[in-house]
Amino acid sequence: MDNLTAKSFALRQDVLNMIYRAKTGHIGGDFSVLNIILTLYEKQMNTRPDNVSSPDRDRFILSKGHSVEALYAVLADQGFFPKSALETYSQFGSNYIGHPYNKINGIEMNSGSLGHGLSVGVGMALAGRMDKKDYRTYVVMGDGELAEGSVWEGAMAGGHYKLDNLCAVVDRNRLQISGCTEDVMSHENLAKRWESFGWNVIDVEKGWDIPSLNAAFEEAKQCKGKPSVIIAHTIKGYGVSFMENQAVWHHKVPTDEEYQLAMEELKAKEAAANE
Amino acid sequence: MNNIPNRQAICDVLLEEAKTDRDIVVLCSDSRGSASMTPFSVAYPEQFVEVGIAEQSLVSISAGLARCGKKPYCASPACFLSTRSMEQGKVDAAYSNTNVKLIGVSGGISYGALGMTHHSAQDIATMSSIPNMRVYLPSDRHQTRKLIQALLKDEKPAYIRVGRNPVEDVYEEENTPFEMDKATWIKEGTDVAIIACGEMVKPAKDAACLLEKDGISASVLDMYCVKPMDEASVVKAAEKARLVVTAEEHTFIGGMGSRVAQIVSEHCPRKVICMALPDAPTIPGKSQEVFAYYGLSGEGIAKKVKENL
Repeated sequence: MDNLTAKSFALRQDVLNMIYRAKTGHIGGDFSVLNIILTLYEKQMNTRPDNVSSPDRDRFILSKGHSVEALYAVLADQGFFPKSALETYSQFGSNYIGHPYNKINGIEMNSGSLGHGLSVGVGMALAGRMDKKDYRTYVVMGDGELAEGSVWEGAMAGGHYKLDNLCAVVDRNRLQISGCTEDVMSHENLAKRWESFGWNVIDVEKGWDIPSLNAAFEEAKQCKGKPSVIIAHTIKGYGVSFMENQAVWHHKVPTDEEYQLAMEELKAKEAAANE
Repeated sequence: MNNIPNRQAICDVLLEEAKTDRDIVVLCSDSRGSASMTPFSVAYPEQFVEVGIAEQSLVSISAGLARCGKKPYCASPACFLSTRSMEQGKVDAAYSNTNVKLIGVSGGISYGALGMTHHSAQDIATMSSIPNMRVYLPSDRHQTRKLIQALLKDEKPAYIRVGRNPVEDVYEEENTPFEMDKATWIKEGTDVAIIACGEMVKPAKDAACLLEKDGISASVLDMYCVKPMDEASVVKAAEKARLVVTAEEHTFIGGMGSRVAQIVSEHCPRKVICMALPDAPTIPGKSQEVFAYYGLSGEGIAKKVKENL
């Protein structure tokens, strides 16, 4: 175990507190995507609070914008804004709303409507190429999101322009609000679909494992002549056993008892990871 | 008769400015020909992005470029840009406040007999309803030039609609009055205020000439800035007149005339007649035939004024 794993369980406590306090949020997807975001900010991207306007910063887009609580927890931990700001989450007049809002330091683009982020990322990657910059662009999508046709418009453009400075991530937790992704709208042969659009596909079997995720991002960097997509096989609700792989936790708010149970489990896992 | 369509005037300005501004980027959705952007794609291939027939990613890609300091002009038929990619305009351009200029070409009923799929008689309504989205319908090539030159100086999103065909000049090349976000006063009068935008400005001007022969004094306002609308000029024109008539190449629902009626009714109540297209697929035909059918001509506007004064 490493410190980042411990941190990932600590940040899940921040997410839990946000959602429990506000009585709203998308906890299941937050917990499946959090380690992906954490790995990017800790190990991969050069983006820091002191360079948010630098033309050389790496770009991050949370296309599955409803997992914003996980992004808030990571950005606060990275120092983009004080952790106390998380207490205003979803409160009247707060900028810390239920989807990314670029009035908040460190957030590049507004999102929330699914299927926009990949094409926005294509634009950022094209700009980087035009300006001969070395920055990389990361776009994180949900698997349910892949039913949006606009995702595939972006995939087409990324493949056509061979944007090797673009890396997409699919948070493949196999659940969406109505149930299993494969029942709602199947993504059979997902890797082949991306390959056929001209993408380098990297599967991460343990999509919650930070060293595995980091290795995948390193592999993506080495791939030249085509964009990369990391299909991270994740677990919705990861970290809290009674939330894991349950579609109901897409946006269920924990009861008082559930909150206590979840917090105890996350604290125990944080402590175990620190040992 | 002028043979330069407004869309070509846009390309001409961008070609001139791109000589010194490497951040100007033109994007098309298999629309470089219809948008008159082929010369740009040839002269500046590294500042031109083709996305294929994919208007949604056209706008999102533009927003990504803009967020990285580029000045994207994405040019696509207005019918698709204003409805198919309306959400990308709403979220990625307007809400994220990126410097994306949406150029809706062949707007209104330019495509004539191609039918309602290719008409954009709703674009003022859709795009104006988006917070932080500005909407411009320039009337002739000279005003179009001035508008694009002004838009190149700001960093906010905007939607610009131009028609497919060349339109008669409203202004003289060396004497085109233009102030950003201020209506152009073509004529001041006391009986009726005619407020028009886009290709309806020339018929409005013609109507005023016809009315003058009959002793009717008309103001003519070129409201190229549909949003933000120049409210002060609307009120000033309405206050001087007994009747307000608006003319636009758009359905009467949610267009320029609707906004004028709101302003007039609030600040200086007068009868307002909105001359526009019907809430139905328009009759097939060439633009001028269709305009004449719906009374959107100099004669038609003058007749409507006389019937209502």
